[in-house]
Order: sequence, then structure tokens, then C-alpha cells
Amino acid sequence: MKRRKFDLAATPGKAAVGVDDRFAVATPLRKLLNKVFPDHWSFLLGEIALFSFVVLLLTGVFLTFFFEPAMTEVVYDGSYAPLQGTPMSAAYASSLDISFDVRGGLVMRQMHHWAALLFMAAIVVHMLRVFFTGAFRKPRETNWIIGSLLFWVGFLAGFTGYSLPDDGLSGTGLRIASAIMLSIPVIGSWVTSSVFGGEFPGTIIISRFFIAHVLLIPGLLVALISVHLGLVFKQKHTQWPGPGRTNNNVVGERMFPRYALKQGGFFMVVFGVIALMGGLFQINPIWLFGPYEAWVVSAASQPDWYVMFLDGSTRLMPAWEIPIPIGDGYVIPPLFWPTVVLPGILVGLSTMYPFLEARHLKDRNSHNLLERPRDAPARTAVGAMAVSFYIVLTLSGANDVIADKFQISLNAMTWAGRIGLLVVPPLAYYVTYRLCLGLQQHDREVLAHGVETGIIRRMPDGRFVEVHQPLSASNGHADGHGQLDYVGWVVPKKMNRLGALGPAIRGFFYPIEKPVEAPVSPGHPPVEARPEREEIGSGESRR
Amino acid sequence: MTSDNDRRRGLLARLRERPAARSRGRRRLGAAVRLIAALMLAGGAYTVFAPGAQAQDNPQLTGAAAEGKALFDVSCVTCHGRNAQGVEGRGPSLIGVGAASVEFQVSSGRMPLARQEAQAHRKPPVFTDEQTRQLAQYIQELGGGPVVPEGDDLREDGNIAAGGELFRINCSQCHAFGGGGGALSSGKFAPSLHPATDRQIYAAMLSGPQNMPVFGDNQLRPEQKADIIAYIQETLKHDQDPGGFNLGRYGPSTEGLAIFLVGIVALVFASLWIAGKS
Repeated sequence: MKRRKFDLAATPGKAAVGVDDRFAVATPLRKLLNKVFPDHWSFLLGEIALFSFVVLLLTGVFLTFFFEPAMTEVVYDGSYAPLQGTPMSAAYASSLDISFDVRGGLVMRQMHHWAALLFMAAIVVHMLRVFFTGAFRKPRETNWIIGSLLFWVGFLAGFTGYSLPDDGLSGTGLRIASAIMLSIPVIGSWVTSSVFGGEFPGTIIISRFFIAHVLLIPGLLVALISVHLGLVFKQKHTQWPGPGRTNNNVVGERMFPRYALKQGGFFMVVFGVIALMGGLFQINPIWLFGPYEAWVVSAASQPDWYVMFLDGSTRLMPAWEIPIPIGDGYVIPPLFWPTVVLPGILVGLSTMYPFLEARHLKDRNSHNLLERPRDAPARTAVGAMAVSFYIVLTLSGANDVIADKFQISLNAMTWAGRIGLLVVPPLAYYVTYRLCLGLQQHDREVLAHGVETGIIRRMPDGRFVEVHQPLSASNGHADGHGQLDYVGWVVPKKMNRLGALGPAIRGFFYPIEKPVEAPVSPGHPPVEARPEREEIGSGESRR
Repeated sequence: MTSDNDRRRGLLARLRERPAARSRGRRRLGAAVRLIAALMLAGGAYTVFAPGAQAQDNPQLTGAAAEGKALFDVSCVTCHGRNAQGVEGRGPSLIGVGAASVEFQVSSGRMPLARQEAQAHRKPPVFTDEQTRQLAQYIQELGGGPVVPEGDDLREDGNIAAGGELFRINCSQCHAFGGGGGALSSGKFAPSLHPATDRQIYAAMLSGPQNMPVFGDNQLRPEQKADIIAYIQETLKHDQDPGGFNLGRYGPSTEGLAIFLVGIVALVFASLWIAGKS
């Protein structure tokens, strides 16, 4: 009997046929796998947030195995000697156990915390990319709103998370949160006592924050992220303008195999960076803060960076108390404005921005092509204004650390923050606007007159003129200049971008191709014709 | 003298009457002697109880204190004045601050002051240990005050756990959870505890230098001070930072800086690299 030969190469194909016979997935899958994504580094920033969220889920699950979300008082007897015999909550004791007695617990805790910081940082950076390129415009306003909500939900996730260990720092944060809730007129005291189950700190808050942190908020995040990605899929990714790219097509790479492989690799890179930071940089040393006690507040008690702008606004707010003589008399404390009203305004402004801009520009068209920041100077300038506002607040949130380490008076820092908050954003608007116009102007100049060659020619009459290399062939104009339209994409500004010197050697750390021999001198050009030349008019299409 | 006269004078006068009438000259002499005796008594008492001009210049100083006074008169007198009485607008009086204060200020290099500003900074000390002791002895003998106990190791038998709790309650508000210091108002600050010796920490608690409150022995008992010193020296300074590089222990502000400078920068480079590979 003849044995059938096992053909390894045909196995995947056979298996695929088998799967398709049973589930009939080939047709929809083909569409999915052939979906095209445009390729640009700035489109990968959102993925950093997505991937760090995955790391957060993985490390978070590990931490829940060992964390005990209870405020029962226990006496610590773990291996961290300086706290032995100290009475503390079970939550703090189990956090210490995770840090010192659970194998790999500390690195997991630190990875979780760094991943949380990275998640928020990537959200902000991605949001800036979307804002400054105009990717939020019709038809993608909904996704912009979901993205903004993701920031605020992530904010809540972070806050509930760093409140859980019940160390001195998180307790201080909770105390401030309770004060913020109390500052809301009329309903403040009801809100606080329902959240904390009575007077601060109560005995229930850790358990409540735990369930919010491990179930409710992650659930909400997963839902929002799914809709966010689904909409990107449905509405297709935006792309930069350029050769062959129009408002009605998408030029890029297929989902499978290249895009999927790249994304898989990028996930590993993100995971690796988080793991490295978790292993190399100490974050939130809860053992130094000690158990939370209402009378213990350390200097340099700051929230994590994405909450710091609220701390800053609180520090800058003058002590203006508004008494309202109704009934027994109400008081609106100064804390209410920077911590309740300001975030409310920020949420409203940021989510509504796409509609505000469309209304202002009377723009009802769909936009699938991105705009370079310089091509929308007003938007870029508004963005710079918002960023500088946020940075002034964030720096003010750390103003005591800055004052101490740079030996500046804390009072001077506070006043610099107050004045800076009003002065810096308009200044940023003006400077950014002028920069955008200047960059545009230079692009137009190059399109009209060509690239500077660096060659100065002396005319017979003794004049010197600079030689420009026009970007297009002469088409009958007397001055030898062609006409190129301003299309809002990269204009080559150096001769080697035009192929005059050959492309730069490619490769990240070492050349991935043999470098072409450079000409010996300008007088001795290479003998062989160069096989490949840069296409004039696009510096970016060479890939 | 007649009997009629005697009858007219009262009983008191008759009792006072000398057995024999003295001459006018003797009576005058007696008054003069009594006056001189009273004057001498008053003068003597004054000399005994009130320090004379002679005593003010030459207090009874021990040898060390005399050395200290010599140093004081060269290096400190400009601001703290003659006999450490202070100079208005320049330096406070040192009467009663005690040896603890001198030891803290001089051994940590804060005194002599480089310039008048919100607060003295730690510098390399100008005086040797011996000279510091002499200065401290001088100030101590001038007006008394708190003194740091003998010995370089003031944390013997200190309970680190108890010290940690006391540190967090009493010290961390200003010196921060890691002992790295923190800002106070108007350019004042709580310094880092990391360069401080046992004696300096003890002296600071006793004397309350600059903006620090005094933690006298009735606020923190000597054994509690030993606990705190043990916590600072053995935990805060020798904690090996199990989590890796501690980012200066400045709390979440440097952590936020790190995530952008390290995390985001690394990943943006990674995305540039990946997007370039087409």
C-alpha cells in the first residue's frame, strides 16, 4: 500500500478551506484582510494608548489576585521592616504585600502604574495629532467626542486606581476629592456623604472605588474603545494629501499581512517600554508614604500628571468666597471654580470643538484628507493656546516642587502662574499664527521660484545672483518658472530631496542597502547613471 | 529739765529718755556713724547684687568658652553684635539659644551666613568640630539653653517603625515623605535631610532653626527623637529603592516628566521607525 505523502506546504491552505467550508468566512474575511490603512508615524500614536490599555488589563488582573479592597484595620507583619507593627488598613497591607512579598508583585504594580501614565499620555498626544491635522472634521466628529470622553473616563480610572493602595498619598488625594465634592453648592454635602457612605473617610470608599476601578470604568473604557475603533474602521482612516491621494480614496497598506504584522510588532515595543520602565524606574513608593491617617500630609503630595492641572488651577485660584444669604446662608467656596466649573467648561469646549469650527467656517463638507498644521493657522493657534493653558496649570500643580528644587519663591511661582495663565495663551496664539503663515509663505516661495541650490553666480556686469532649481519644467513663462499649485503637502527644500545628491542612506542604526558611491567632486559626476531618481514634487512618496 | 516738762511729755518720750542726758556733740557723732554704716550697707549690698562695670567685661568663662568668644568676636560679631546681643536688622540675639542651636547652624555650614536672604543654605562648614564646640560652649555659658546629648550616635535603640510614624506625623509635612525637603512660603524651605548627621537632626529638633518649630523634650521625648533619627538615617537614607531609580523621590511630578521624556519619546521613535519600514 502506498503511503500518502504529507505535504507541509499545503496544510495551511487545507485548514483554511476546512474552516471556510464550515463557517463560510472567506468572503467577509477577504474584505477585512484587504482593508487598506494609510501609513504615517503619527497614525501610530493612538495605538500606544490602545496597547498600554491591554497591558493595563493584563497587569491589573494580576494585581486583583493579591489586593484586598478593605479598610479593616490590621497590624502589618510583612517583610518591610520599617512598617512592622504599624496598624493600617487591609488594603494598604495587601499593597505592601504585593510590593514586597508577592513574587514579581512590585514590577507588576509599577508596570500597571507606568502603563496608566502612558495610557493617558498617549491619549493626549494622539488627541493633539488629531486636532492639529484636522482629522476631527466631518464625518469624524463622533469619534472625536468619544476620544475626549476616553480621556475623562481614563482620568477617573486613574484617580480611582491611585486611591486604592490607601497610603498617605492616595488618602490625601481622596481628602481633596471629598473637598471638591463638598464645594458644589446645595448638593455638595449629599454627594460626599453618598460617595463616602457618611463622613470622610468612612469605611466603604476603598471597596466602592475598587469595584469602579476593576469593573465599571474598565467596562466603560472597553465599550468606548470598541466604538472608537469600529468607527475608524467604518469611516476609514484619514490620510495626508500627496500624489495619488484624494478625498475619496485611501492609499496605504493592506491589513494583512503588513499592517497586522507592524501592529503586532508595535504592541511588543509598547509592552517592552512599559516593562522596562516598570523594572527600572520606581513609581509611587507607597511604603515611604505610610498608611493614610487624616493628620498625615506629606510635602510634594501631587496627583498623577493628568490630574495635576486641576491641582494647579486650585493653587492659582484666589481665595474668593461668595456668600449667598438665602435661608441659613450658603457659601460658594473658591475651590468650586477651579475644580468643578473649569473641568466642566473644558469638557464642553473640547467635545464641541468640531461643531464650533465647522460653524465658524461654514464648512459642511466631508474631509478625508488631513491638513498640515501650517495650513490651518487659526486652528493651530487655538490648539497652541489650549496646550499652553494646560501646561501652565500643570506646572502650577507642581509649583512647590519646582520652587524648592530651583530655589524660587513659592509665592513668585503662584503669581507667575496666575499671570502666565492669562498672558501665555494669547501670546502662544499670536506666535503660532505667525509661524504658520511664515512656513506657508516659504512653501509658496519654493513652489514659485524653486529650491535654493547654494550656487552663487556672478553675472558679466558684476552682479551676484543665487541660482534656484525650479520644481517644474518651464511652460512658456518668460522667467522660466512653471506654475505649481499649493496643495498643502511637503515641498522639497533641499537639492538632495530632488535627487541631485542621491537619496540619503536608509536604515535605522546601520545601512540597509549598500550606499551609492558619492561623486568624487562636483567636477567629476558619477559615471553610471543613477537607476532611481526622486520624483519631483513629493518628498514623502519615496518609500 | 523740770518735772513739769516731764509730765507734759508722753509715755513714749519717757521710755525713750536716756538714763543720762548726753551732750550735743556726742549725739551728733552718733548720727554720723549711723549714717556712714547705713551707706556702707547699701553700697555693699549694691556691689554684691548688681554686676559692676568690671564684671561685664570679664564673665567667668571656661577655657573652651573663652576660645569660642575669640572666634565669635572675629566671625560672628558683625551680625550678632557684642556679647551676642544681636544687631537690629542684621542678626538676632543669641542669648538663650543654647549650644544645640550653635552646633546645628555652624556644623552644617549655615553660619556664618553667605548673605542676607530668606533662609540660610547648607554649605561646607567654616569651623572645625573643635571650634564649633568652643563657639557652642561660649553661647551656652552666655545665656544657657538646650544642649545636644553627648556622642555621635544618637539613634541607639531607636525603634524604626515608631520613628517612621512620628516622622510622617511631625516632619513629612515640610521635609516630604522621602526627607528630600520641600518649599515653604516666600523663598523659605525645609531642607533635605540627607546630608544631616544624627547630632544635627537632634539639634534641629531641640532648637527649631529658621522656620522649623521647636520639638522640645516635652513634645518629643529623647527616646522618640532617637526613633525619628533612626528612621531618617536607616530607612530614608539606606532604603535601596526596591523599585529601581527613584526619580529623586519628588512624587508624581517627576513621574509625569518621566513618562513623557522616556515613555512617549521612546515610542514616538519606535513609531517613526516602524512607519518608515514600508
